[in-house]
Formats: sequence, C-alpha cells, structure tokens
Amino acid sequence: MSEEITLVAIMIGVAHSGIRLATPYLYAAIGEMFAQRSGVLNLGVEGMMLMGAFSGFYATFQTGSPLLGLVVAALVGALMGLAMAFVTVTLHAEQGISGIGFYLFGLGASSLLFKVMLGSVEGVTGFRSIHLCVPGTEAGSGSCLSDVPVFGEIFLGHNILVYLAFGLIPVAWWFLNKTGWGLNIRAVGQNPEAADTLGVNVSRVRYATTTFGGLMAGVAGASLSIALLNIFQENLTNGLGFIAVALVYFGSWSPWGILAGAMLFSLVNALQLWVQVLGLNIPSDLAVMMPYLLTIIVLAVPFKRARQPAALTRPFERGEN
Amino acid sequence: MKRRFAVAPIVDALLPLLAVVGALLVGAVILALLGANPVEAYKAMFYGAFANKNGLADTLVKATPLLLVGLGIVIAFRAKVINIGAEGQLIVGSLLATYLAVELGETWPPILVAILCLIFGAFAGGIWAGIPGILKARLNVNEILSTIMMNAIAVQIGFFLLRGPMIDPAEVAAGTNIPHSARTPKITDLPRFTDTAKSLGFTESSSDLGLTGFDKELYGLFVEPTRAHIGLVIALLMAVAVYVLLWRTTIGYRIRAVGLNPNAARYAGINVPRYMVLSLSLSGAFAGLAGAVEILGLHHRMFEPLSVSAGYGFSGIVVALFGKLHPLGAIPSAILFGGLLVGGDKMQRAVQVPQVLVTALMGLIILFVVSSDIWSRRRAARRVIVERDDTAGDDNPTTPAKPTAEATL
Repeated sequence: MSEEITLVAIMIGVAHSGIRLATPYLYAAIGEMFAQRSGVLNLGVEGMMLMGAFSGFYATFQTGSPLLGLVVAALVGALMGLAMAFVTVTLHAEQGISGIGFYLFGLGASSLLFKVMLGSVEGVTGFRSIHLCVPGTEAGSGSCLSDVPVFGEIFLGHNILVYLAFGLIPVAWWFLNKTGWGLNIRAVGQNPEAADTLGVNVSRVRYATTTFGGLMAGVAGASLSIALLNIFQENLTNGLGFIAVALVYFGSWSPWGILAGAMLFSLVNALQLWVQVLGLNIPSDLAVMMPYLLTIIVLAVPFKRARQPAALTRPFERGEN
Repeated sequence: MKRRFAVAPIVDALLPLLAVVGALLVGAVILALLGANPVEAYKAMFYGAFANKNGLADTLVKATPLLLVGLGIVIAFRAKVINIGAEGQLIVGSLLATYLAVELGETWPPILVAILCLIFGAFAGGIWAGIPGILKARLNVNEILSTIMMNAIAVQIGFFLLRGPMIDPAEVAAGTNIPHSARTPKITDLPRFTDTAKSLGFTESSSDLGLTGFDKELYGLFVEPTRAHIGLVIALLMAVAVYVLLWRTTIGYRIRAVGLNPNAARYAGINVPRYMVLSLSLSGAFAGLAGAVEILGLHHRMFEPLSVSAGYGFSGIVVALFGKLHPLGAIPSAILFGGLLVGGDKMQRAVQVPQVLVTALMGLIILFVVSSDIWSRRRAARRVIVERDDTAGDDNPTTPAKPTAEATL
C-alpha cells in the first residue's frame, strides 16, 4: 500500500469518527444554548447526561429496545432540567453553583444506581449503524451505500442518533430565529423586564428552556450509552458535558456556531485517536490534551463574536427595578 | 419588629444545618428505596467517622485537603470569581511537590525540602489558576469554562509525566512500567501526630493510663500511630491567615469589594481585573498547597489515575459554601464533610450501599444550601422596604419602596 492511499484512508477515518464523536456534544450544547438564550446557565449538564446515559442504558438492557431507552433517558433528563428550573428560576439560587450541585448529584446517583442495579460493565445492542445494503449482504462487502468511496465512507454507516443530531441544527436555528416562541426566548434572555412588560411569562419561558436543556442532556447521555459506546460505566461522560457548555460560548450562542465548534473539537479528538492508533511518535497523553487546549485558545481569540445574552445568570422577579 | 430581627440571624445561621438535614432526608429515602435501613446506614456513617481513633484520624486526614481547597474557593467566590479548577490546581501542585521532593530530598536538608515542596506546590497551583485569571481579565474568557479545561489539561500532563519523565526508576528497571513516581524520601514526610507526640514526651499508651471510652480514642488519635499528620495544623493556620487576609488587610478588603459590586469598586479606584486575577491565583495556590500536603503527609508518591485529587476540587466548593464562605466557618465544614467521606466507606461495609451515595448527598447539600439562600435574601429585601417606609414618613405611605438588586446581595 503506498503512502498516499494510507493518508486518504486516515483522512476518511478521521472525518467518519469526527462526525460520530460530535453527536453527544451537539445534543447537549443545543439544549444548553436554549437555556442560556433565555438567561439560565445550566452547569449541571454533565450530571444530567450521566443520569440519562444510565437510565437509557438500563431500560435498553432490560427491554432490549433502544428506542424505549432513548425515551426514558429523555424523561430523566427533562426531570432533572425541571428541578434545575425550580431551583434557579423559582428559588433564585445562584446558577453556576446549582449546576455544580446537579453535577455532583448526577455523578453520585448514576454511579450508585449502576453499582446497585448492574454491578458490572455490561454491553447492550443499541441503535444500529445504517449501511443501506443490498438485501442479504453485510457492511464492508462492497454492496452497501456506506461502502461508496469517500462520501459513503464518511457520511453513511452512522446510527440514527448521529443524523438526528445534525438535523437538529437547522431546526434549532429556525425555531430560535423565525418563530414567535424563539423571539420570546431571546427577549427573556436579553431583557426580561421588557419581555415581561409585553406580556411574556418570563418564568414559564425559562422553565421550558431549562427543562428542554435537561431533556437534550439526557438524550446526549443516551447517545453515548446506547448508540456510540453501547456500555455504561461510572463517570461515562468524563467531562463531556462541561465541554458542551463551553461549546455554547465557543459558538456564540448560535446553532451554526455550535456545529462549527463541535466539529472542530471532535475532529481534533478523532485525529488524536488516529495518532494513537498509528503509533506516531507523539505522546498520546499530550495528544488527548489538544482539544481542551484548543478550546481555551479559541475562547481567547478576540475576533468579533456575539455578546452573551444580557440577562444570563440573572434571576428575574416581577417588580424588581 | 425588633424581636423578629433577633430571631432572624439565628435562623440564618441554622440554614446550612437545615440544608444538611434536608439532604440527609432525601438520602434516607434513597437508602430505603435501595432496601437498606437508613437509621442503620447513618449510624454506621457517624460511628465510623467520629467514634474511634482511626475513624477520627481518617476524618481529619480528609478534612485537611478539603479545608485548604475550601479556603481557596472562599477567596475566589468572595471576589465573585468561580473557580471550578481546584482539581487541576491540586494535581499540578502535587506533581511539582513530588518532583522536588524526589529530586532534592536526599541532598538538601529535609526540613528545607519539605517547606520548599509546600511553597512550590502552592506556587504551581497559583500559576495554574492565574492563567484562566489573566484570560478572564484581558480577553474576557469565562473562568468557569477555562478552569474546567485546565483540569483536563492538568490530568493529561500528569499522565504524561508519570508514564515518562517522572516514572519510578525501579518500575523501569523491573520492566513492569506501572505509571507512578518514585516514593518521596522518608525524611521529607510531614510528621504524623504520633511522631509529634513522641517528641513532646507522650510515650505511654492509652491502656497504660487506664483511659476508657471516647477519652481513650481521643488520646489514641493524638498519641498512637494513625494516619493523622500535621498537615491539618497547616490547614488550620491557613484558615486563620485567610481570615486575616480578607478582613484585616487592604488587599482582602479590595477582593471583597470587587465581589460585592465591581462597578462601585471601579469607581473607588480599585483595579478590578487585577484583583480578579489575584483572587483566582490565591485560590489556586491553596489548592496547590493541598496537593503538596497530600503528597508529603499521606500518599508520598504520585500515581495514576491521579486519585490524589479525589474530587476535592468539587467537594471543596461544598465545604466553602457550607461554611458560608467564611474561612473559619470552613473549618467545621471541612471536618463534617471529611467525616461524611470516611463514614460513607464504613456505611458501604455495614449496609452494602455503595459509598458514591456520599457524592450524591454532597450535590443535594449544595442544592439545598443555595436554594435556602432565598429566605435570607427575601428578608433583607423586606427590611429595606420597612426602613424606607420609616424614612418616607407620612408623605407617601401607600407606595412601598421597591427593593433594589443591591439590597439582595
């Protein structure tokens, strides 16, 4: 095999893994973006993802149905989002610190449930990859659309949750910018007093977005445990939820920005995985560090970026000011 | 009216305790759902952590890094800077302390080496937190995100060093290559309580003195061999130092002013960005010091998976909040949560409920503490209304003045 062919194969591999790896970030970050656009910083995404990942995994493990697992994960995530909304919107608790509370709770509770209800790392058959094969053949045999050189190899052969995550981006953009509800969300995050004057129920909007953020975090967790990895273990997400929050800042609170950030992050991640596979002479520990370093650098680059929602982290009470 | 205000401060002071009770009640429900007897479980927890010398010693050993990290968090939060990077700051502090102890331990005077390790551990943590600080001050990078990223980077640097430059030469020679550092020279270890007691002339054992019950355990804690080491004393001294810093010095006054109202601080001529960087850096220095103390006092080497940090970066936040962001309040708070961590282990053995329940409980305690803040804030707001009504006199008695955002701080 000549070197050029290997290089192309590597690039295809990196692109394929990059698309896969972006999935959980996209779900979690889009949900978080809606919450932040309405003025709620949810730092508990990581904990909600862990709870979603475990509950989705457990439901799939017990019933064999990944679809049911996904629904359960979404419900558990939404429930935690609702709790976050109660604590921050109704009780006006400091948002950043409440998020840490939800993170610790989710980390502890998911590990606890895992140890009590499963005890050991098990595998499940989650959402299958879609290869679009000629009936009766298998992936890799050359008779599938996912075997089509370059295009098929990169964009096909993923599972349904990957495609849904990418499909979510334009929908989120349309919802936020082209519908009345989206306008209300933006108004509440930018100037809750003015929105209130115009008859928008600030609390209700924030409850809705924060609950939705939790729901998406649950789905993001499930996308790991029943679609990408098909296992659950303690602290499965390992900081992924925090990175999703960073991607919202990175993407300047816009779905397309988040897509760009998530792809950049996961492509670099995929690249470093391939570096390890190929055994190149770069210490793998330092390669793993690259995406994090890159995130800090991009956050620090002072190019013209949108300002954060003016009322982010600010509780609202009628009659104040 | 007056009488109501006399009750209020007491309720304020009790709120954190109520929060713990609330969290423990939720924990009891979880325990019951898991089929364990909550009373048994909490009893095992309490007795395991506080009723005998080894439990007490372990509680104090855990309280030491919790207190140090918590003190750092107090400084940062007082300046309204949110430091979530204590985990990483602790790791870089322990890495540098290990490196210095291993490299210098045999050649330099041991006391000097130990002190250098502590100072440079703190220094490393300070630098590690200073980077997000400067990024925030100069480039407006959100410190919550950058400190989290710095955690991940610190972990990877730790892995890299322990698998390469800092790996124990004995592991390489034996061909096993288990990634941990060499043991730090024994002479640089922080004295344990028992060593200190011996050098002070306490040599009798508790049975020689005929002690029984809790007296015996307490005597055993300070005199007999346990894991308790004088890192705790360092942490207690630091708590006093932070108190003095925050309430008796100009720097501390400015840090608090920046936290209370950055705009007012700016008008008063305080260089707000500089004090943000300073408070974040100091915060990191305490986390780094905690790392150095853990190495010299307890672990004596760095090993994967860097469990030296053991989640202290996050539980330190709980300690600081529970201590009402007061350095002296952080002392009982650290001991309580140290006890919770130790007790969780004992509970696991007694009623077979995994120790991770404690992590979930800590999360609940944070949530209850921050949620109960609304009570004191509402009351502060009411007081403003009452006072304004008083000063407004009869001119306009029907329109109560609205509480301002400042009043709720």
